[in-house]
Amino acid sequence: MVPPMPGRRAPKPGLLAALDAFARGGLPTVLTIFAMVLAGGFAVMPGAVAAASLPCIFFWAVFRPAAMPPPAVFLIGLLQDLLTAAPLGSGILVLLLAYGAARAWRRFLARQGFLLVWVCFAGFAALAGLLAWVLQALLGWRLPPAEPGLWQVLLTIGLYPPLAWLFSRLQSALLEAEVTA
Amino acid sequence: MIRLSIPLRQALSRLSLPLLVAAAFGVMLLGKADTVIAERARTALADLLAPIWSVVQRPVGAVRDTLQEADRLLHLREENTRLREENALLRRWQAAALTLEGENGLLRRQLAFLPEGAPSYRTARVVADGGGTYARAVLLAIGPGHMIRKGQIALDERGFAGRVTEVGTRSARVLLATDMNSRVPVTLEGSRARALMAGGNTARPRLQHWPEGLMPQEGERVVTSAETGAFPAGIPVGVVRWSQGGAPEIELYAQLDRLDMVRLFDYGLGGILPPEAVARPEPKGRR
Repeated sequence: MVPPMPGRRAPKPGLLAALDAFARGGLPTVLTIFAMVLAGGFAVMPGAVAAASLPCIFFWAVFRPAAMPPPAVFLIGLLQDLLTAAPLGSGILVLLLAYGAARAWRRFLARQGFLLVWVCFAGFAALAGLLAWVLQALLGWRLPPAEPGLWQVLLTIGLYPPLAWLFSRLQSALLEAEVTA
Repeated sequence: MIRLSIPLRQALSRLSLPLLVAAAFGVMLLGKADTVIAERARTALADLLAPIWSVVQRPVGAVRDTLQEADRLLHLREENTRLREENALLRRWQAAALTLEGENGLLRRQLAFLPEGAPSYRTARVVADGGGTYARAVLLAIGPGHMIRKGQIALDERGFAGRVTEVGTRSARVLLATDMNSRVPVTLEGSRARALMAGGNTARPRLQHWPEGLMPQEGERVVTSAETGAFPAGIPVGVVRWSQGGAPEIELYAQLDRLDMVRLFDYGLGGILPPEAVARPEPKGRR
């Protein structure tokens, strides 16, 4: 007769484990907010705050939608509108729609290489910029100049590679942590 | 935690995005219907973040200073020549100014002129961009117990920069002269003609509504006008430049793209403030 294998029993999912899972789940949102606040503080060029939020939301919507639930996107959008002088609600709508579209296409996007994802993201950023411009025109009831919007779209596209590099490092660390946990 | 059945949970998760989009429209309506709420929320958030931004500004400032220093070292010779020429010019102006000052004092004594008191001001550090894509504004970090009010005028070391539009306990927002919503009554110094400086989110605000039969001259100095009671007269704003499209614009003296400190002047002018600012009585001792 073989004695039962000695070893530790799996710990019960207690408070610490729940906290751990919560921290892991909330990390992308916290990092996105951190990036936005930092972008506001650097003030290198106008539109940096909005340019920092879209790459974060897009990345997590495609590669780990569970870590970026829709209420978090709503919160980030609200924060973006409050940090900038944009009409309240416009940032929320733009980010939610971008998030929805990215999540709908994630099966296709998540299997592609970096370059193609970046090109797709550029399309997303352009459409988001256009939508933000239309909302600004409708809610402010005045035609805003197109040039600042264009610069913002370019900044958004340019910010994607460094942020994506950082987040993919984080993503693999999170995956590792989940395997060992 | 409430336990829900799996189909219900799936339905909820599928519904949450459309529901939140609807909520976004609700927020839009709220922001349009009640501008005071939006303003209070913005101010509260800025108050919360101003200390963080103040800390972030330090390394940013250090990097910027280093870059500027390197740039200065590279252009030392040209800069020196330019400064020598400018110095010669300024010496001539100094002589002229001293003569005029003496003459002015003499005339004032003859007229029994009552001098105006020098306005009080305090300096505040710019900590963050407060505008976003389609607005030009900056956030200032100010100490608690400050005397800053809405409608105060912000100047950088060279000239007019903007007006204070929102004030919190630790932060204030300044709407810059280049913002789309900025309208400043100005005087063309050469002809003493009144006009309006209208921002358009570009580097140079446009000049509008100058009197008929009078053309703003290229290079003419532009100062603020006391027309609406919102600005004191004579604050330096910029010079007139005709754009390639044939429209007069104002090249501001203030360097709005590299604003790091502003002086906030209290001239005690109420002027045109938005209705909600008038509806709320001013707290006593805030002057």
